[in-house]
Amino acid sequence: MKELLLIAIGSALVNNVVLSQFLGLCPFLGVSKKVETAGGMGAAVIFVITIASTVTSLIYNYILVSLQLEYLQTIVFILVIAALVQFVEMFLKKSMPSLYEALGVYLPLITTNCAVLGVALTNVQEGYGILTSIVNGFGTAVGFTIAIILLAGVREKIEYNDVPDSFKGSPIVLITAGLMAIAFFGFSGLI
Amino acid sequence: MNKCTERVYNGIVKENPTFVLMLGMCPTLAVTTSAMNGLGMGLTTTAVLIFSNLIISALRNIIPDRVRIPAFIVIVASLVTIVQLLLQAYLSTLYDALGIYIPLIVVNCIILGRAESYASKNDPLSSAFDGVGMGLGFTVGLTAIGIFREILGAGQIFGFTVMPASYEPISIFILAPGAFFVLAMLTALQNKFKMPSATNLKGTSELACGGDCMHCSWSSCSSNHDLLEEKAAAEAEEAARKKAEAAKKAAEAKKAAAAKQSAEATNTTATTAKAAAPKKE
Repeated sequence: MKELLLIAIGSALVNNVVLSQFLGLCPFLGVSKKVETAGGMGAAVIFVITIASTVTSLIYNYILVSLQLEYLQTIVFILVIAALVQFVEMFLKKSMPSLYEALGVYLPLITTNCAVLGVALTNVQEGYGILTSIVNGFGTAVGFTIAIILLAGVREKIEYNDVPDSFKGSPIVLITAGLMAIAFFGFSGLI
Repeated sequence: MNKCTERVYNGIVKENPTFVLMLGMCPTLAVTTSAMNGLGMGLTTTAVLIFSNLIISALRNIIPDRVRIPAFIVIVASLVTIVQLLLQAYLSTLYDALGIYIPLIVVNCIILGRAESYASKNDPLSSAFDGVGMGLGFTVGLTAIGIFREILGAGQIFGFTVMPASYEPISIFILAPGAFFVLAMLTALQNKFKMPSATNLKGTSELACGGDCMHCSWSSCSSNHDLLEEKAAAEAEEAARKKAEAAKKAAEAKKAAAAKQSAEATNTTATTAKAAAPKKE
């Protein structure tokens, strides 16, 4: 139990997926204009990454390892993830319309967000079991959500600030992200 | 200029994926902690890009249009796996340094972007040279950023100390935040000097996604250029129709008001209303 908690905290805060591993940077910069949309994106990412890491670790441990096809992991993972997101979208639309309303627009955006594939590959590289993989996936996604909501909060404030002309738009956002990355260094003392 | 050299020039200078198109930002930020890693990542991507362009272009008439994206993904993923195994066997130090970012080449925007916008429409030879150009452009970009970060952060280039001993390395530049700062400075300079770049030219790129990497997810890498054009045309039509309607309404209202007056007066107001209508447009 203690080990699982350490993995969750480690992947959410210490090795934050965006701020220290640079995975999922496009939605991080693109969908962080408002706290509300950032929250929606974060929720969708938590949903998809948790499911994807469950499914990919099941496939890896029970199919690829037993058939000695580990070298096919990249191909299998990317196809499984792409198909899974499509399936999740259809399933939500049919059976949980309220959840689909909330997450629907963000789902296609994450189809092949590199964070999803990144988590699946990290699970394999670190030799995590199925339960550990799920916890790691969930932790990573929570880390993404924390980072994107924080960035969105800062960006809402920056709107009213007098930013130098050449720093308007993406440069100031990147600098904000850099400062957040420095702040997140503080968490490395946690573990 | 010969078509092949033109493609190479286009990739390295005119449409440089790092500096102009701003594609593949995840590996750009993650692996440029040193010039060597940047160079290694760039060359690895180049190898994948050349062969994926070549194969996709050779198969472009065989792959059905509706399943082309999954087909491209399988081709790219297979190539990435091959490259990964080769690196693991022959260049294990580079393999360890790049780690998880090698398999993640699969989701690099540049590769599918080029497959969609160039290789699926052109012959294999020029597609391969397009891959060479784009790959080398990416390599140049990554190496340049890597050199910059390595000098500031460690006082070295390719592992050789170049700064005087009195120089205190700003180690933040080889850590994660430094990547954000360097990219921020780069885009700020591009904005300042109005250089062609995805960050300050919106929607003018030839690329299907408009070169708008800030909002790029994989799906938008596909060729939605026609769609955008269609949308713009439809919007323009709609606006024109609305304007015409408004002008018509105004003219009718004037006519109705004038109908109460004498027939002669009606004629004159109608003509003025008609004259006014094109003015409003």
